[in-house]
Amino acid sequence: MAGNIWVLAEQWRGQVSELTYEVLALGSEVATALGLKLQVVLLGHKVKSLADTLGKADSVLYVDHPALEEPTAETQSSALAQLVKELQPQSVLIPLTNITLGVGTLVSAQLQLPGINFCRDLRVVDGRLQAHCVLYGGKMEVLVTALREPAILGISPGARPAEKGRVAQAPAVEEVTVTLPEAPPVRFKKYIEPEAGGVDITKQDVLVAVGRGIQGQDNMTLAEELAQALGGAVCGSRPVIDQGWLPLARQVGKSGLTVKPKLYLAAGISGAPEHVEGMKNADLIIAVNTDPQAPIFNLAHYGIAGDVLEILPVLTQEVRKTILKKAG
Amino acid sequence: MNILVLLRMVADVVEELEIAADGKSLALESLRMILSESDGHALEEALLLKERYGGQVTVVALDAPEVDDVLFASLAKGADRATKVTGAETGLTSRGMAHIFSQVIATAASLKPADLILTGTQAIDDLDGLVAPLVAHFLRLPFVPIVVQVAVEKSGSMATVVKEYPGGVRGEFEVRLPAVLGIQAAEKPPRYVPVAKVRAAAKAHKIECLPVPSQLEPLFVEVLQMMKPEVAGHAEMLEGPAEKIAGKVCEILAARGLV
Amino acid sequence: MPTSVNLGPVPGWAILWLVFLVAVGLFAWRVVFLLRLLRLGQPENRLDHIPARLRRLLVYVFGQLRLLDEPLVGIPHVLIFYGFVVFLMATTGMILQGLLPGLRIPTVEQSRYLAPVVDIFAVLVLGGLAVSSFRRFVLRPAGLQLTVDATLVNVLIASLMVTYLLAEGFRLVGQSAGAGLWLPVGSWLAGLFQSSAPLRAGALTFHRLFWWMHVLIVLFFLAYLPYSKHLHLLAAPFSVFFSRLDPPGRLPGLAREGSRPGAERLEEFTWRQLLSALACAECGRCERVCPSNQCGEPCSPRQLIHNLKEQLLRYGPALLAKARAAPGDGEPALIGGLIAPAELWTCTTCLACVDRCPVFNEHLSITVDLRRRLLERGEIDRRLEEALRNLTRYGNSFGQSERKRAVWTQGLDFKPKDVRKEPAEWLWYQGEYACYHPALQGMTRSLARVLRAAELDFGILYEAERNSGNDARRVGEEGLFELLREKNAATLQSARFNNLFSTDPHVYNTLKNEYPDLNHGRHPVYHYTELLADLFERGRLKVAHKLPYRVTYHDPCYLGRYNGVYQAPRAVLKALGVDLKEMPRSHRNSFCCGGGGGRVWMEEIGEPHSRPSESRVREAAGVDGVQTLVVACPKDYVMFSDALKTTGLEGRLAVKDLTELVAEALGLESGAPVSATPKPQAA
Repeated sequence: MAGNIWVLAEQWRGQVSELTYEVLALGSEVATALGLKLQVVLLGHKVKSLADTLGKADSVLYVDHPALEEPTAETQSSALAQLVKELQPQSVLIPLTNITLGVGTLVSAQLQLPGINFCRDLRVVDGRLQAHCVLYGGKMEVLVTALREPAILGISPGARPAEKGRVAQAPAVEEVTVTLPEAPPVRFKKYIEPEAGGVDITKQDVLVAVGRGIQGQDNMTLAEELAQALGGAVCGSRPVIDQGWLPLARQVGKSGLTVKPKLYLAAGISGAPEHVEGMKNADLIIAVNTDPQAPIFNLAHYGIAGDVLEILPVLTQEVRKTILKKAG
Repeated sequence: MNILVLLRMVADVVEELEIAADGKSLALESLRMILSESDGHALEEALLLKERYGGQVTVVALDAPEVDDVLFASLAKGADRATKVTGAETGLTSRGMAHIFSQVIATAASLKPADLILTGTQAIDDLDGLVAPLVAHFLRLPFVPIVVQVAVEKSGSMATVVKEYPGGVRGEFEVRLPAVLGIQAAEKPPRYVPVAKVRAAAKAHKIECLPVPSQLEPLFVEVLQMMKPEVAGHAEMLEGPAEKIAGKVCEILAARGLV
Repeated sequence: MPTSVNLGPVPGWAILWLVFLVAVGLFAWRVVFLLRLLRLGQPENRLDHIPARLRRLLVYVFGQLRLLDEPLVGIPHVLIFYGFVVFLMATTGMILQGLLPGLRIPTVEQSRYLAPVVDIFAVLVLGGLAVSSFRRFVLRPAGLQLTVDATLVNVLIASLMVTYLLAEGFRLVGQSAGAGLWLPVGSWLAGLFQSSAPLRAGALTFHRLFWWMHVLIVLFFLAYLPYSKHLHLLAAPFSVFFSRLDPPGRLPGLAREGSRPGAERLEEFTWRQLLSALACAECGRCERVCPSNQCGEPCSPRQLIHNLKEQLLRYGPALLAKARAAPGDGEPALIGGLIAPAELWTCTTCLACVDRCPVFNEHLSITVDLRRRLLERGEIDRRLEEALRNLTRYGNSFGQSERKRAVWTQGLDFKPKDVRKEPAEWLWYQGEYACYHPALQGMTRSLARVLRAAELDFGILYEAERNSGNDARRVGEEGLFELLREKNAATLQSARFNNLFSTDPHVYNTLKNEYPDLNHGRHPVYHYTELLADLFERGRLKVAHKLPYRVTYHDPCYLGRYNGVYQAPRAVLKALGVDLKEMPRSHRNSFCCGGGGGRVWMEEIGEPHSRPSESRVREAAGVDGVQTLVVACPKDYVMFSDALKTTGLEGRLAVKDLTELVAEALGLESGAPVSATPKPQAA
């Protein structure tokens, strides 16, 4: 019981997040290196069946409570803190998405424990955990260690491939109880879905993604024409949606959608981590940006250092020509 | 309504970041500090709430290079008061700063009573914790992160806030006030304030200075080393005139059956 | 005497007196009212440099110089103008004679020398009117309105001439030929009338009839004048006399330190700005030369002045009445009311309107004042906001670190002097585009090599150089301009140099005109083309091989129209041996690239059918045999390069900065060794 490596499973609307599996893969490695067991904490209401997918772990600690159905940061952290205090794990790994943001910090504060964010990797050195974290929007990295145990570690996307965290068999499930306040100060009311209609970008094979480099609503047609020529759709990074040039349903990234198209053409996108999170697994990434130092070029397979407004129309023309040649 | 906005200065990544001689921190010579982006949104949201519901907005920041400009700009945008906490040591982590903020808010008469405490939901250097939930914990207040919309009930004792989930989904929550909100984006983009107004504010207003509380939060994490990111790979760059590049791209796409 | 005709018991001169007093009274009342409206405006001293002002009056009012920019209507207007002057004398005499019959006032009609002049001018004026009416009603050029007012004025002037001639003709009937004065037209008419018995019989009556008609029309016109656009007749001499003597590149700053920037309410404009509204003759010249307007954008200088006039006439009276009451509401907002923000933001500040205006109206200062207000309220587009934030924080609109300002020097095989540390004869203030824009950095290096070839003692400020503030000021961010100027002035103060030159006309303009300690102090400010022209002239630069190109040259607004530098770039081109063919719109008439006034920082507004830059490259491509469009401004280079792509003219025409041609002619390719003078050939 005591001294296990814990992973908090992120479940939302009946699904376990992709990132959870990445963290499971990481947690498993760490547990093995330390000779400890890997346990998953699953919080929710009537979601026990989700535990079946978490077989990478040795066992699942399942907490069922009505208040955890639509979790707030408060209820999640309260439940987790109670478990940590009672069961004393060695470390707690929390996937960092919008669903769990704040939970790790609250638990670390409530229990006077170290909290470490933005972990991209964990290593065991001399029997102790070292976290490799990425700060400043990806511009600097630090190697960090906790001064106490257990440490609450927030894991960013990209640490391990999600497939490594998935296994066929289901783990053992242990039900645990927690006490949560009757009338919590923060209460979930309802979801607001993004405007329906239009395109589901997660189902597209080809995506032409625009960022600030598109420079204005009037230039969106350039992207639309290319998308049309390639038989795909247009999506965008956060700044483009914030400006109102594309609807929310087209946003790719941390607060948007995660996509895995066959082709992701990033036009005028710098490659900030919040965006990259949403598209890094695309099969083929081609990036266009005026700044040859843009981080997107570290991720893309092919890069073009140039002006989007110049490249897109020429590319569209060439694509159309190629298609005609093939047909004729 | 009494709103407190907590502002933090972070390293400006437009500048090249260099590692200091100790190998564990940022070199100060090449460093410029800028207001954390979501803190700017927190301020804008506070000002919008003030316009809607009336009341006062007080901005609080820890002393740092270029923080005075930020405070005067906040006043020029419509904040009523600006407070700076002086005397804190350099190299504070987010957790340490959150602790200072909380103690100051709890003890300074000029900052009470707050109905809402707004700050950015996350900053680029939040290694050991996020300020918003930490402040909420220290002050024993409710907390909601990633907020993009705030509506306060007439009674002033409850607020309805909207939080961002993945995939463009949003969730509505009811919060009992006073509360701490981590703001992701204000309902309108942060307003522009002309330089003349900022300079006028600098002449007309004084920043209240409060000393840092003596009791500091201990450190829970230790930075062993700081390093520049290793670039795992790099794109193959296509060069030449636009037509040539377009041709190459079509070749690549055709090879994969995409065109 | 015509006034000796009595109407019943009322003597003629009495009627004349009555009408005269009423007309003069109405005229005076209205003029006083208009003057009171002007007094609503802020004070401004325009009584300095009286000799210079009188010179302006002479050249532009009596010399009608700007009218002749458009000769088709300019020449008729000169005729009508002088016709008016002449008739003013003639008619005054007539009326005085009528009012004071016993006094025997000598009139023009009786003067041997003046009478023929009036006689001939009547026909000249009619001729001029015919041409101008044909232009207004048939040709219908842009900017010229078909209003009742315009039509009425034309009719009145024509009828004045006709009635005069008829009165004169009938007067001469019965006078034997050869007696009296030489009045060709009058005599000819008299001859016509002579031949008709009824006309001959009633000659005196007809003479009196037409005399009275003439006088009554004149008095009607007098009373009507201050209600019509023809007020420009009265106001123009004053608007020219009180015009701005400052160089146009020096915008007026804040009235007092700490006062609120800009203007929107009528009382916030200066009296001279309000006078622009009254002096405007609605000729439309400004609109016809406006590059934004020509491309279908909402900008119209004429409309701007017109709307200011509307606002003044509609809401001014209430303000006058309320002078005793509480200030504040009553006047609806001008921006968003009569003037749309889009009209203000599309202005490129090219100065064509101001330069063309015959009455010296101040479209630019009014636009900038209104922009200042919009900016104060934060009502600016997001891209502009970002550019301004970057300017404030990083000293450049690109949002790049100040530390990267001198990165362009890295391709050089020498290190330019650092004027922060050592003195130099010439300080080169490059400007942010030359430093940060990837397409331009190569050119900046080329210029450095050229200057080294000339063995010029020059240096740069490296990271201490910041944006000069020219465009920040023109978008209305006066506070930012002042901040930049303060910082730059401090930097320049501590640097040691004699002269300053810049690659960018915008930078050149503001350093020369708006940094008081520079040009007028100890440090003359030049544009790099002036420096190059001088170097060629002195033989410090020698062409290795002449360039066989046929080129055309685009005069940058801020170099040419604003600061009068037309010859220097052309002298350089001559030295290079290129064949220079001018575009139809060159020199003062150069057509703006559309990037000034902060436009490079803004989104496109409205739905233009083309951009000014596209219109200009088409014009260049239309010059027979021209392969290269030569520019001397980095923004021009960027705007025209883009335009070549969007118009598909890339194969047909190339855009080159003058620097590139000079480097080529000197045999300096990038990286090639630099030598000052060609080595003498071995014997």
